[in-house]
Amino acid sequence: MDTLILSRIQFGANISFHILFPTITIALGWLLLFFKLRFNSTQDGKWMEAYQFWVKIFALTFALGVVSGITMSFQFGTNWPGFMEKVGNIAGPLLAYEILTAFFLEAVFLGIMLFGFSKVPNWLHTGATVLVAFGTTMSAFWILVLNSWMHTPAGFELRDGVVHATDWMAIIFNPSMPYRLGHKLLASGLTVAFLVAGISAFRMLIGDRGASVRATFKTAVVLAAVLMPLQILMGDKHGLNTLEYQPQKVAAMEGNWETQGNVPLVLFAIPDEETRENHFEVAIPNVASLILTHSFDGVVPGLNDFVAEDGTKMHPPVAPVFYSFRIMVGIGFLMLAVSWAAVFFMLRKRRGVEGVPKLMLWGFLGMTFSGWVATLAGWYTTEIGRQPWLVEGVLTTAAAVGNVPPSMVLSSLIGYLVIYAVLLVAYISVIFYLARKASNKTGETLWAQLKPTAPINQPAE
Amino acid sequence: MMIFGDPTISLPIIFAVLLGFSILVYVVLDGFDLGVGLLSPLTQEVHRDKMIASIGPFWDANETWLVLAVGLLLVAFPAAHGTILTALYAPVFILLLGLTLRGVAFEFRAKAPAHKKKAWDAAFFAGSLMASLSQGFMLGLYIMGLQFTQVSLAFACLTAVFLTVGYSFIGATWLIMKTAGELQLKAIRWARQGLWGVGLGLIAISFATPFASERIFSKWLEFPEAILLAPLPLMSLALLAMLWLALQRLPTSNDSWAWAPFAFATTLFFLAFCGLAYSFYPYVVPEKLTIYEAAAAPESLFIILVGACVVMPIIFAYSALSFFIFRGKATELRYD
Ligand code: HDD
Ligand code: HEM
Ligand code: HEM
Repeated sequence: MDTLILSRIQFGANISFHILFPTITIALGWLLLFFKLRFNSTQDGKWMEAYQFWVKIFALTFALGVVSGITMSFQFGTNWPGFMEKVGNIAGPLLAYEILTAFFLEAVFLGIMLFGFSKVPNWLHTGATVLVAFGTTMSAFWILVLNSWMHTPAGFELRDGVVHATDWMAIIFNPSMPYRLGHKLLASGLTVAFLVAGISAFRMLIGDRGASVRATFKTAVVLAAVLMPLQILMGDKHGLNTLEYQPQKVAAMEGNWETQGNVPLVLFAIPDEETRENHFEVAIPNVASLILTHSFDGVVPGLNDFVAEDGTKMHPPVAPVFYSFRIMVGIGFLMLAVSWAAVFFMLRKRRGVEGVPKLMLWGFLGMTFSGWVATLAGWYTTEIGRQPWLVEGVLTTAAAVGNVPPSMVLSSLIGYLVIYAVLLVAYISVIFYLARKASNKTGETLWAQLKPTAPINQPAE
Repeated sequence: MMIFGDPTISLPIIFAVLLGFSILVYVVLDGFDLGVGLLSPLTQEVHRDKMIASIGPFWDANETWLVLAVGLLLVAFPAAHGTILTALYAPVFILLLGLTLRGVAFEFRAKAPAHKKKAWDAAFFAGSLMASLSQGFMLGLYIMGLQFTQVSLAFACLTAVFLTVGYSFIGATWLIMKTAGELQLKAIRWARQGLWGVGLGLIAISFATPFASERIFSKWLEFPEAILLAPLPLMSLALLAMLWLALQRLPTSNDSWAWAPFAFATTLFFLAFCGLAYSFYPYVVPEKLTIYEAAAAPESLFIILVGACVVMPIIFAYSALSFFIFRGKATELRYD
């Protein structure tokens, strides 16, 4: 394997690992603020208990986000020197603003938020929580500005082959930025909603029926039920935007080969780039045209339009984009079904959390990390869908790679993969350990009792 | 833009100063918490918890200075950024692994089941060691002009050891300030031993650097520079002597002067850093690329500068607030 492919795998692995943790902290920060404010106004101890349990997980997640983020900031130099040389005049200031306005803010106030409770007045502690949540959201804003600009570059000109900024407003508010940011923030909210619901369900399953666990479960389920329809709407808008600026990506997402009207919505298929057709296609007639153009016979671009005369493909690899898009959307609809069903059970006979059947609790437990899977699938869709470009129409991925020997990249890649695997296992097991400890059970034994009899209802992930 | 004179001259200088400043702040701040990590296996668990508590509220913000330094290198000198980091690929990888291990061990040691704590403590130490050694190694290679000869590699190994000793030393002085009782006595002992290493390291690097290149040699040892620069080494020697004295007298009965070794050590790092900066100016990649050649476009630098002027004072203010809130002797880390 050559340096290019290894560097791509390494970058993909690193950013996939990194994004897992910010996805949680961005929304969990605001959720913690909610718990804190509920406590401030009701003085009900259950909200403080909820705060104190989830702040531990926040701290852990934050630490993982920080260390993997530091790795990210070195990646450009070690593996993609061509990126900064070509577009550094735009990427540089955006990254600098992220560091200056977001990273310092969150890092400093995190200390006060975590350890300052007994050292500072309550308002200052609440204020620190606000600033940390705000800081994580600002990080997401700046990095997504940069990422969106790479998909839909605007506000620049080329001088001597180097990109120079001409209009910073156009750069920051580039065409895909609002959709990507909105979609990502909602994704983060959903990931946290299912994390909190899953862990709370777990605690209820091991016998903790305390007020605090019930409150967090209910909050999370309602949050999921509210955010999911918004996410579908936002996803639709995002797709329309992509259709306008990156039609070849949408063609790959839909698995549509020919530019034509009455395009069916392909639910499942095995796309084949050699024969340029789908095998085993299961599709609903006309619906893709309907979604993308709002009319049954609307014309949708096909992949065959993106093949040059000499046969070079100017469209992304079809299969990964096609599959990951389906995984994301599939999980999205599953989330919708599960959260609405739970709300229905809670409203029925006004039984609240007690009305939710045990089987559903198992379902939530199985979906604890479903937000992660959907988020990654979404990013793979969008990022692989941009290939062969690194910055659409400006810089190809192959042109940006550094000339580090492949053996070197391979060794670092293996190193990262090993440590990431260890950390991921440690992270997940510590969360469940903290949950068992908080529920004051010698969890192991209870867990063992529970396992054989209970129905397993784990959705595929 | 004109207020700074010719922007293709003034902006690179301003950014070189900013870059140097963030590296210096990083070396001092993360230096003390890496140092605490290096010292952590030398004592028993209760002490270790205290030591880690003394850096708990700070380490994340301290590390952010590294992110800023790399960020500034990347945004202000994009051409140099690629050259330096691809040349240092392997040590950077070790550094990142080290920082990862150290950063997560912090959290995991306090949250994982009790029987796993030992393993995370080991990871905490190993991470601190990897990070310190690799930073020292990179420093050495950089001084040697990023050349991979036997001599330069040997020199880099030497600086790796010395920087690690230096970090342990500043870590020990931090502990003298932040702890009391038996642990403070231990920290004083560690600092006394470390001081010898620091002195030796400073002398070794001061003698080696001029020989790394003709240009640096003449910058230091020719008339009149030699005279004008004399205060730098002299003040460093004076500081070493003051540190030695202070460490002999401590601990005092009412804990006065406990801050002194840390303050002196910080000043010493500062002086050493100025010396290095003087040696390398105007190069950002030694002997290959000057800051003027490597700088990004003035418009881009200017827009960052505006942001930096507004935001940096605010960053200082809230960093100071944090140091003020967590002032005094370290207490147990609690979320409530
Ligand atoms: C700041 C910019 C940025 C951001 C925010 C993201 N990416 Fe990205 N991504 C890149 C900048 C980039 C890149 C530098 O442009 C890469 C590196 C090599 C390449 O092909 O593009 C890339 C490639 C890349 C690849 C390899 C694609 C391929 O080579 O076919 C994957 C799988 C991801 N990314 C995944 C992600 C995920 C899961 C993200 C979620 C956070 C993400 N990216 C955000
Ligand atoms: C190439 C891309 C990226 C780089 C270079 C990068 C860099 C970093 C760095 C250096 C940190 C640590 C900051 C600190 O010291 O406190 C960090 C943390 C963070 N990053 Fe990233 N990051 C990238 C991608 C992303 C993406 C895609 C998102 C979200 C959409 C994101 C959101 C965050 C957030 C919210 C934090 C705060 C820490 C946390 O919550 O875990 N980053 N990032
Ligand atoms: C069923 C509803 C959903 C639809 C219709 C949808 C649609 C889309 C579309 C069209 C894209 C853009 C790809 C591109 O750049 O061209 C995308 C990206 C993405 N999706 Fe979704 N999505 C849905 C659900 C979800 C869910 C549930 C999550 C996570 C919890 C999620 C997370 C993401 C992420 C992180 C991205 C990449 C970031 C971005 O480009 O915005 N999506 N989605």
